[in-house]
Amino acid sequence: MLAELPLLSLLLWMPLLGGAWVIAVGDKNPASPRIIALVVSLVVFLLSLPLYFSFDITTANMQFVERYEWIPMFHIYYHLGIDGFSMPLIILTTFSTVLVILAGWEVIQFKTSQYMAAFLIMEGLMIGVFSALDAMFFYVLWEAMLIPMFLIIGVWGGQRRVYATIKFFLYTFLGSVFMLIALLYLYFQSNSFAILDYHKLPLGLTAQIWIFLAFLFAFAVKVPMFPVHTWLPDAHVEAPTGGSVILAAIMLKLGGYGFLRFSLPITPDASRQLDWLIIGLSLIAIVYISLVALMQKDMKKLIAYSSISHMGFATLGFFIAFDIFAKTGSWDGGAMAMQGGMMQMISHGFISGALFLCVGVLYDRMHSRQIADYGGVANTMPRFAMFAVFFAMANSGLPGTSGFVGEFLVILSSFKANFWIAFTAATILIFGAAYTLWMVKRVIYGAVANSHVAELTDINARETLILTLLAIMVLWFGIYPAPVFDAMNSSVMNLLQHIAVSKLPTM
Amino acid sequence: MSFNLLPIAPEIFLLTMACIILLVDAYLSDESRDLSYQLVQGSLIGTMSLLWLTFPTQKTFILNSLVVIDPMGALLKLFIVAAVFVVFVYSRNYLKARNFFKGEYFVLGLFATLGMMTMVSAHNLLIIYLGLELLSLSLYAMVAMHRDSSQATEAAMKYFILGAIASGMLLYGMSILYGVTGSLDLGIIAQKTAQVDGNKTFFAFGLVFLMVGLAFKFGAVPFHMWVPDVYQGAPTSVTMFISTAPKLAAFAMLMRLLIEGLPAMQAEWQQMLVILSVLSMAVGNIIAIVQSNIKRMLAYSTISHVGFLLLGVLTATQTGYAAAMFYTIVYALMGLGGFGMIILLSRAGFEAENVVDFKGLNERSPWYAFIMLILMLSMAGVPPMLGFWAKLAVLMEAVHTGYMWLALIGVILSVIGAYYYLRIIWMMYFEKPLDDAPIVASGDMHVALSANGLIILGLGMFPQALMVACVGALG
Repeated sequence: MLAELPLLSLLLWMPLLGGAWVIAVGDKNPASPRIIALVVSLVVFLLSLPLYFSFDITTANMQFVERYEWIPMFHIYYHLGIDGFSMPLIILTTFSTVLVILAGWEVIQFKTSQYMAAFLIMEGLMIGVFSALDAMFFYVLWEAMLIPMFLIIGVWGGQRRVYATIKFFLYTFLGSVFMLIALLYLYFQSNSFAILDYHKLPLGLTAQIWIFLAFLFAFAVKVPMFPVHTWLPDAHVEAPTGGSVILAAIMLKLGGYGFLRFSLPITPDASRQLDWLIIGLSLIAIVYISLVALMQKDMKKLIAYSSISHMGFATLGFFIAFDIFAKTGSWDGGAMAMQGGMMQMISHGFISGALFLCVGVLYDRMHSRQIADYGGVANTMPRFAMFAVFFAMANSGLPGTSGFVGEFLVILSSFKANFWIAFTAATILIFGAAYTLWMVKRVIYGAVANSHVAELTDINARETLILTLLAIMVLWFGIYPAPVFDAMNSSVMNLLQHIAVSKLPTM
Repeated sequence: MSFNLLPIAPEIFLLTMACIILLVDAYLSDESRDLSYQLVQGSLIGTMSLLWLTFPTQKTFILNSLVVIDPMGALLKLFIVAAVFVVFVYSRNYLKARNFFKGEYFVLGLFATLGMMTMVSAHNLLIIYLGLELLSLSLYAMVAMHRDSSQATEAAMKYFILGAIASGMLLYGMSILYGVTGSLDLGIIAQKTAQVDGNKTFFAFGLVFLMVGLAFKFGAVPFHMWVPDVYQGAPTSVTMFISTAPKLAAFAMLMRLLIEGLPAMQAEWQQMLVILSVLSMAVGNIIAIVQSNIKRMLAYSTISHVGFLLLGVLTATQTGYAAAMFYTIVYALMGLGGFGMIILLSRAGFEAENVVDFKGLNERSPWYAFIMLILMLSMAGVPPMLGFWAKLAVLMEAVHTGYMWLALIGVILSVIGAYYYLRIIWMMYFEKPLDDAPIVASGDMHVALSANGLIILGLGMFPQALMVACVGALG
């Protein structure tokens, strides 16, 4: 019954129309936009669950496919479908949106309806990006997504919000226009905008390298990879809590997803040639950005840098496969690394989201993000301290939490490629623990630092609920990550088989 | 048989009505001035209906091939008349509040429209010139209508002198072409040019002067100096008029002169258009960033859009022309909305001319802030707005014909340009309002402006129909 519904279309359009509805209702009664937004996001979340339960894990083919003509003149189709890479990310999106709407419940008093609507519209667009199988449709959603985020940071952000949000917009916009030109080039090579047609398209090495670099620019900005990461700390610091959560939990994943959906399968030979570039940048992100994180005085900035460094693991996992193959002659290690990378993305979605929510909890009470303003929070907020310490542990990769799984797999498989790559990557276990736990020590533990901390009230039921849900997810995927691995196994294998074959014209 | 007047019935009707309204208006008191407004709008609707009824399916030449009737021309004329209609809707209250709700404004507008329609359908150098002058002279007078404003007078003087020089250039180019081909007919000129092999110096010489005239009318760099000053100095309703419909007519003039008249000179005019296009995109987008006056900012934005549409023309393919035409129409729609918003925020004694006047619009009126949001994003070329598809159509053809580097320059410059559109959004959404005077819009204004914004969003989601219309009109 449910499988017959156009599920992906519903997931794409319900939040968009829900957002319009929330705006139409307006702020006359401050409770109504909140309730409508929560109901819409819950329904969307429930509707996204059948994607998992009716998902066929034995195939790498696209599922839940919908395809209609959209702009026949340019052969652009309204083409949706998901595989093992996109399905977990869509559910992550619907899950996080519910939490974000809950998190903004009492905090957002200014233009509540617009705030809620912006997040719903974001949700719809992000689901669309994950499920679009037409390159131009993908691009439209990819760009459209910037609009609500631009407004979220700009309207509800902190002191330097305008600077941060314009930087965010222009940075991402610049990255994506290169992707647009690459897509247009591919269109004239294949006379189609279907992403799956691009996968099959033979391309010469020079063309592949240019296309790869264009994609790299677009996705590297989004991930973000060193050295195009500088927008992220600003955007994160200035964004309202909800904005930071969505940014960290989902928007960054779009970059990683882009590598899996576009870069690797469309330009496998260029990826093989230039994998040193990605691996190098990922390692720089892991080591250098960790050190930068260690230096931060602002909690949000620290978590933002931690995000960059953790996302370095995901990109490392995606591109290490070629080296492993060169060393061992088998793609098995590559599969493990790629699954580790995906797991890292999903786990980071929960953990970084949770950490930003924790900072949000403190900020709502003290209106400060400076580590120095805190100390001894555990004395006044014991329940909160428990959660914060738990998520901090997860962020430093404690076994038993989801943070451990992805990192462990990527490090383990990197050993098959090169000891030093694995060694460098493994330093995150030290640095990650250092900056996270040091922050926890300074903020949570110790004597009560000042009178403001002494007046803190512990988290209320709503906040407890949000953090509990996230803690359950982190533990669940830490102890039993099999559902995610099963779901993406076929897709990973298929992608590896695909990139193992050269696309260069044989002449 | 060649003396068939039916295809130009819309023009004849418009001319007759303009003369009648001129007479009627002279006998109207100021209180009943609304009657002329209604007559004017009625005759525009009538012209549109006639255009619709006589919509041609193929190219025909009439009046000894002085005039060409083809789908491209008819479609452009429809949009020109529609644009003028919307301009008048937006203008009405603006003019009333400033005490020059006069018949002359509307009658001059009608004559300008007639001039544009003549330009679009001309197939003879003299007729093109005739149409162009009818348009230009009416516009000079409209800019100068605000007699007490020194700014408007200065703008009118500038516009008149520079416009006259450009017309002179154009006329000079035309006379050279006449000298070497012995004909004013574009068809014969095309034949004669194609027959020449070897030395084409004289044609190239004529072409250069034609190009100067064309570039001036478009406001393409380096012939753009008049644009910011005139846009700023003219009353906003006149600025809106200048920036929308005449661009459609200028596009038609470009198509007639270059593609129909001088196809054999393609290699030469392509090079010239490359220069004009790159310079316009660069200067327009970069200088707009530092403007604090929003009319000036939109003037530079227009210049950058002109660069983009020339990029479509210089690909010299049918698809490229269709893309450029699509771009021009989309631009006109966005321009109408943009200046419409300025008019909306202005009131008697206060011109919302500065970027900061948009501060806090979201708090004063979320709906109009939303409309302006759509307009600005569309101008910046952010999907899913219509402006994105216009840019995409042009870029696609540029990539297709091997102008990859031009496409790259185009997209990089539009990222730079995105900044100043974002700045308006920043003012509207991220800042507190400077004044909290209520925003009053008459019913027709509200409907027109809302429709204008929603059309840009709606057509952005379903751009197929308009694209097909443009391709069909050229194919």
